[in-house]
Amino acid sequence: MTVEVELALTVGGLYAAGLYMVLRRSIVKLVIGLALLGHAANLLIFTMGGLVRGQPPLMHPWDTRLWGRFADPVPEALILTAIVIGFGVQAFAIVLIKRIYLDMGTEDLRELQSTDITP
Amino acid sequence: MIVAVVVGFVLGLLAPLVVRVARNGTGWITGLVPIGLFAYFASFLNRIQAGETLFFPYPWLSPLGIGLSFRLDGLSLLFALLITGIGTFVCLYSAGYLAGHPDLGKFYGALFAFMASMLGLVLSDNLVALFVFWELTSVTSYLLIGFDSEREAARRAALQALLVTGAGGLALLAAFVLMQQAAGSFEIAILVERSPDLRTSPLYAAIIFLVLTGAATKSAQFPFHFWLPNAMEAPTPVSTYLHAATMVKGGVYLLARLSPVLGGTDLWRDWLIPLGTVTMLTGAWLSLVQVDLKRILAHTTVGALGACVLLIGMGTQGSLQACMVFLLAHGLYKGSLFLVAGIVDHETGTRNAADLGRLGRAMPLTCIGALLAALSSAGVYPFLGFLGKELLYESTLVGFTPVLLAPCAVAAGIAFAGMGAVVGVRPFFSAQGRFSGQPHDPSPGMWVGPVLLGMVGLLFGLFHGPLHSALITPAVRSCILQAGDIPTPSWHGLDVKLALSALSLLMGGALYWKWSALRGRLCRWRNVGRYGPAAGYDHALCLLEAFARRQTRFFQSGRLNVYLIIVICTAVALLACALVRDNISFSDLVLQRWADVKTYEAVIAAILLTATVVTVRAQSMLVAVVALGVVGYCVAVVYLLFSAPDVAMTQFAIETLSVILLMVVLLRLPRLRTFSTSRQRLRDALVAVSAGLITTLLVLVVTTQARNPKLADFYARNSLVLAKGRNVVNVILVDFRGFDTLGEITVLAVAAIGVYSLVKLGSHRDRIPEGPPFGGEARGDDVSP
Repeated sequence: MTVEVELALTVGGLYAAGLYMVLRRSIVKLVIGLALLGHAANLLIFTMGGLVRGQPPLMHPWDTRLWGRFADPVPEALILTAIVIGFGVQAFAIVLIKRIYLDMGTEDLRELQSTDITP
Repeated sequence: MIVAVVVGFVLGLLAPLVVRVARNGTGWITGLVPIGLFAYFASFLNRIQAGETLFFPYPWLSPLGIGLSFRLDGLSLLFALLITGIGTFVCLYSAGYLAGHPDLGKFYGALFAFMASMLGLVLSDNLVALFVFWELTSVTSYLLIGFDSEREAARRAALQALLVTGAGGLALLAAFVLMQQAAGSFEIAILVERSPDLRTSPLYAAIIFLVLTGAATKSAQFPFHFWLPNAMEAPTPVSTYLHAATMVKGGVYLLARLSPVLGGTDLWRDWLIPLGTVTMLTGAWLSLVQVDLKRILAHTTVGALGACVLLIGMGTQGSLQACMVFLLAHGLYKGSLFLVAGIVDHETGTRNAADLGRLGRAMPLTCIGALLAALSSAGVYPFLGFLGKELLYESTLVGFTPVLLAPCAVAAGIAFAGMGAVVGVRPFFSAQGRFSGQPHDPSPGMWVGPVLLGMVGLLFGLFHGPLHSALITPAVRSCILQAGDIPTPSWHGLDVKLALSALSLLMGGALYWKWSALRGRLCRWRNVGRYGPAAGYDHALCLLEAFARRQTRFFQSGRLNVYLIIVICTAVALLACALVRDNISFSDLVLQRWADVKTYEAVIAAILLTATVVTVRAQSMLVAVVALGVVGYCVAVVYLLFSAPDVAMTQFAIETLSVILLMVVLLRLPRLRTFSTSRQRLRDALVAVSAGLITTLLVLVVTTQARNPKLADFYARNSLVLAKGRNVVNVILVDFRGFDTLGEITVLAVAAIGVYSLVKLGSHRDRIPEGPPFGGEARGDDVSP
């Protein structure tokens, strides 16, 4: 199985895009960047776990264990957890930046360096 | 033995309590500790005199070959007696000198800790233990010099002493490690036996240099001599104890202790003799231009330490004998002179030698102590100082290049004699005195020190035969491998060294009489110090500070993107190093693995990457959110294609939710704005693309490695048997790793509470004018989904 090359490029592209967005001064872009980085990290783990086509880690009703080739269930379980947690973080971040924007009237990180509220 | 060393640290902790309880008797009670230790060490005199060397090994870091082993031989005993003996008088004296000071308890605590460290230093037989005690003396001396911590000068001097001696300590540690490398042991006793290995080792020159650096910083040798006069900011008892009698002799002790290990070579002599001579002359010369009593004493101390190093450098039996006698005599008279200077300062409020006079009648007892010390310092017969000076001159006459060294020694002798008299005689007998107040003799605790120390100097001088056999000869024996018969110095009749002694006494007298006039002329030279090593120290400190400030400003910019760039670049650089080191071939990674890609997979990947680019370049929020959704869906399809249906389902559901959330919450924001310049964007893009590239390479490299299937096999086998489930991923989540999932749910719940409260919380803008914070009515915001 040598399809990793394709996914390696995808992961690299997602990382580059995510990091670029995280480096922006707009706090909205920063959150978008975090979402992209989340995808990138999940795919990275997924790819490193080994790619298998059409062999999910499911048993036939008549088997008592998995036989032959099957996709590694461990990274899948990890990623599943990561997706859900990532969503929790993202939801919180989205609401938080909305609040910041409403309170501070800006989305520029450079202007959000003080803990004091400027009237 | 270990009790004797450690007791100081323990009592140091108790000292504040003792001070509070004892009140006026503080000096006499605290003095019991050093006098008790003095008696303990004195009880070994007989055995040491008989030529024994006592070892007291205690296990410490045994696996590393580091023990807390102590040794007691002539050299250790001489120092231990000096430390505890003078420590007694310092304890007595401090109670009077610092009477009523609110921090007296802390002072005694630091003083005891210092005494214990110093004892540990001179008793350790293990180099690592010795280093620990060495650094402890630096730390405690920092506390003592900076005792008057509200004065900036005191803090500065304390820091200077700590930095200079601490840096020397590090050099010393390096030297000790090298010695262990070369000879295979940290024990001095073993190193002495293996000294031929050390002397022929290729590391020998480096060891000598590092040991010398350590010793030179501690003992204020040129060019590190500047910290000692500055340390005169310390309270006078501290100057007496640390800067005359004990700590500054630590470097001399170390050189003496290591001379049977490292000494006796041409290299040793070539370094030590010039170092000692230059220091001796520097100290003597600089003492002439001072007017502050304590600074005069500090500079002559520098000179005396130089003389000690010079004598150790010669390394002959006679010169080591001279060193020990000179060192003892100096400890006695210089300690006494410092105490006198402190009393004069205490009573008159000034330490300016030019302003002092006519104190002899007002404080007769102090005057006696001062006179005894000054006479010993001048080297007048029959004081111990006379003997020390005689031996010094003799060593320079019979040793190496007497033509050069003897005049230097005599010049230093003249300065010691003259300046000793300026401190010990002039304030009491000079005709003029400009100071305020009614000086009188202080409390007995204060005058007993100088008087007794002066008397001891006289007694040792009169009865130097027993002194020699009991203390000096054993001390010399422990510094030299094959000691022959060490003769007791005796009257030789008129000879060259006596003539030199008389000459230095005469010239010293002349210096004393003409000091006022001479000083005026010499003062012109005073500013030379501005270009000396002290300026180098200041400069180095400034540079360090500027460097730290610039570095902090760079790393702690307070800007998220700068932090991230640093983190990303570091990670990229490290990964790149690893990849380069492993010498990965590009063709193995990519070219041969391209064949298997199916068309529909390539299409999905292309859509994914295109959507990513659209997300990054989007100008409007709507486009960005939709493109982000496409990315998420494509990722879900990838999961689906490669046998992860559960993950794919979750991804579809979550992606849908988050797109909705983004739409509802963020669509009301204005258009996405660009804040940075195109140059910054280019820089960020370069950083991001390089990180992406390195990740790609990382994935390619990792996927070539064989994976360990053990964990997957375990779940494949046991999923049904143990957990009654056929969907292995599900079984892992809800059964095998059920607690992880519980934690995950908790995180989600916390996030939900956070989201809810942020949504419900009224805007600050609305609430602030309404008075008490958090008191205003929470207004439901219409951003909730």
